[in-house]
Amino acid sequence: MTSIGTGYDLSASTYSPDGRIFQVEYANKAVENSGTAIGLRVKDGVVLAVEKVVHSKLLVPESNRRIQTIDKHVGLASAGYLADGRNLSNRARDEASGFRENYRSPPTLQYIVDRLGLYVQAYTLYSSVRPFGCSTILGAVDKNGPALYVIEPSGVAYGYRGAAVGKGRQLAKTELEKLKFDELSMREAVMEAARIIYLVHDDAKEKDFELEMSWVGTETNGVHLPVPKDLFDEASRKAKAALEDFE
Amino acid sequence: MDHFPTNWGRPRNDAFDAYGTYPIHQRAPVKDTFAEGVQHTQQPIVTGTSVLAIQYKDGIMMAADNLASYGSLARFKDVRRLHAVGTSTVIGASGDMSDFQAIQSILDDLVTDEFTHGDGHDLGPAEVHEYLSRVMYARRSKINPLWNSLLVGGFRDGKRFLGYVDLLGTTYSAPSIATGYGAYIAIPLLRAAVDGKQDQLTEENAKKILHECMRVLFYRDARSLDKYQIATVSAAGVTISDQIQIETAWGFAEGIRGYGAQTQ
Amino acid sequence: METIDIARLKSGEVNLGTSIMAVQFKDGVVVGADSRTTTGSYIANRVTDKLTHVHERIYCCRSGSAADTQAIADIVHYYLQLHTQMSGSPPPVHTAATMFQKLCYENKDALSAGIIVAGWDKEAGPSVYNIPLGGGLFKQPWAIGGSGSTYVYGYCDATYQEGWDRDQTVEFVKNTLALAMSRDGSSGGVIRMCVITEDKVERLFVPGDQLPKFWQGKEVLGSEVPRSAELAGAVAMAVDA
Repeated sequence: MTSIGTGYDLSASTYSPDGRIFQVEYANKAVENSGTAIGLRVKDGVVLAVEKVVHSKLLVPESNRRIQTIDKHVGLASAGYLADGRNLSNRARDEASGFRENYRSPPTLQYIVDRLGLYVQAYTLYSSVRPFGCSTILGAVDKNGPALYVIEPSGVAYGYRGAAVGKGRQLAKTELEKLKFDELSMREAVMEAARIIYLVHDDAKEKDFELEMSWVGTETNGVHLPVPKDLFDEASRKAKAALEDFE
Repeated sequence: MDHFPTNWGRPRNDAFDAYGTYPIHQRAPVKDTFAEGVQHTQQPIVTGTSVLAIQYKDGIMMAADNLASYGSLARFKDVRRLHAVGTSTVIGASGDMSDFQAIQSILDDLVTDEFTHGDGHDLGPAEVHEYLSRVMYARRSKINPLWNSLLVGGFRDGKRFLGYVDLLGTTYSAPSIATGYGAYIAIPLLRAAVDGKQDQLTEENAKKILHECMRVLFYRDARSLDKYQIATVSAAGVTISDQIQIETAWGFAEGIRGYGAQTQ
Repeated sequence: METIDIARLKSGEVNLGTSIMAVQFKDGVVVGADSRTTTGSYIANRVTDKLTHVHERIYCCRSGSAADTQAIADIVHYYLQLHTQMSGSPPPVHTAATMFQKLCYENKDALSAGIIVAGWDKEAGPSVYNIPLGGGLFKQPWAIGGSGSTYVYGYCDATYQEGWDRDQTVEFVKNTLALAMSRDGSSGGVIRMCVITEDKVERLFVPGDQLPKFWQGKEVLGSEVPRSAELAGAVAMAVDA
């Protein structure tokens, strides 16, 4: 990054002479340092998976979850600062329940993402706040079918069939691009998701990690739930086996 | 000129001059906007009648007909008055149906809120009952009650629950409870059939008892309908039945003549 | 408790003592209304349009206070435009009905409004929602409302069948409203109807002198009073035969 330390990177409310907002770019750096998070949108649902780096053996397993539930049918996986991700998911829950209160029907993911995008973007405008240090993958099945979006620290949101953010995103994207999303079932997607997370995890550099997976779709009756234990174990086992073949 | 002959020759009423024939001085009526205080609603409009519920061997069962009345008009005949809350609770409502719909959405929001927390906890019937009692009491304390009598039933951690809450926030728990007309007509029947025998009653028996009570209520409650639903909560979860039709018997009335000694 | 005070009007208020109706059929809905607006027993407007557009394919029929229901319809109309702009697609009828319901429920102490919401949308096809006085929301295949409706519940129950086509549905609405208007002093004038389908909204009009006719009462015949001398002192008092 050129022009770092030129004085134009101290505030999100100041552009650099070539039109960049460094605070937003630094926020992206925070995301790049994080464990990988991926999302797969397949024909009958969405699967989310996260590589949660465990930085201490003293931590209780399954604590500090990085996948959260926003509404019955909406899941959120974040990469970057977990605390920022939590703030964002609380906001998303408020948006979702606000929609339900107003319209007595479940919100579409598009709606939640639009609102959340505005919220994130507002944190790129003022010198008194810092932009969100997280990229967020949102997955849901709504009245329009399965949906998957990523919201970046700048506030932009894109829809995807397969999405990856965090440290291992490049490799994950390469793997995702090989998949035929329109033909995969949710169960197959769980296998693929686990495989990709194990694949992108860098054993040499990183300490332990915990795999987190959730899904929503026909298999779960349209409710966002953690992947059940038996399927989760099967997927992890196969992922490890595939990794050994790969190496 | 007074055009009403009956008034002729009688003292004139200066306060009322039907045809404005002469000016009468009147002071402007004193109007105090707050003289009557702030008024909230306070009558139910579209209403549901009794709800019945009993405990049985495997859980609880609740019944309510499908009618929403508008005064004496049987206005909506396909209304659901039993509502599942989460996975182990059901509520049944008598009283104002618009308030009941509001309660449904309050509880649905609450359940969604609990679910999204994702902490492995959810609400059981006892919690829903307690929460509702707080909501109902808070509203009555604002002199703006939610005009309902509600039954809350459920099965959770191997335990049955059956409770009552009403527009005042009054609560109680019992093996058999009924609201509205049911409290007068069904309760004696239910107590005889259920109380003390909860642990022996099979699902089939329980259904039969409720069916019989719903039939008696249809005979005697002028705001009831001969179609109802039953909710069952047991270890298997919440089931709300399809509409059940009540069969009635009138044949005995054919030979009745007059209202006393008449035989013709 | 038992009497419903539907005439809970503020002093001097204009009342839509009304006959309104909406019926769904396979391809759409038919909404209909009479055209009478009264203040007390005076007909303030004999050609009112009570079918109110709130979105391209969603209409509402208003009963109760004219002022209240117009204000509500205006607000919902605004919300629906906003909703359309934000979501990028026409709103479902359910959404519109929810908006009406919220306003009616949350302000029930101040309002006298009985509203039927009907229309067509991509998700549910045709649908009809009834929002009676207290602000409840009831989905129905057909709905009637207003003071005139109480006289025709029996007719509707006896006549309505599922699976009608457009013309049968229009005929049903027209006949029901004519019957209600003939018995309810607060309803009358002309019949206005809208047929709302995916492609268009079609306005139908039945003038007040071309309403369907049903039993009109037995014809009343005149009688002659002979003016002969014998009877001159004994003019009978009028007694109905």
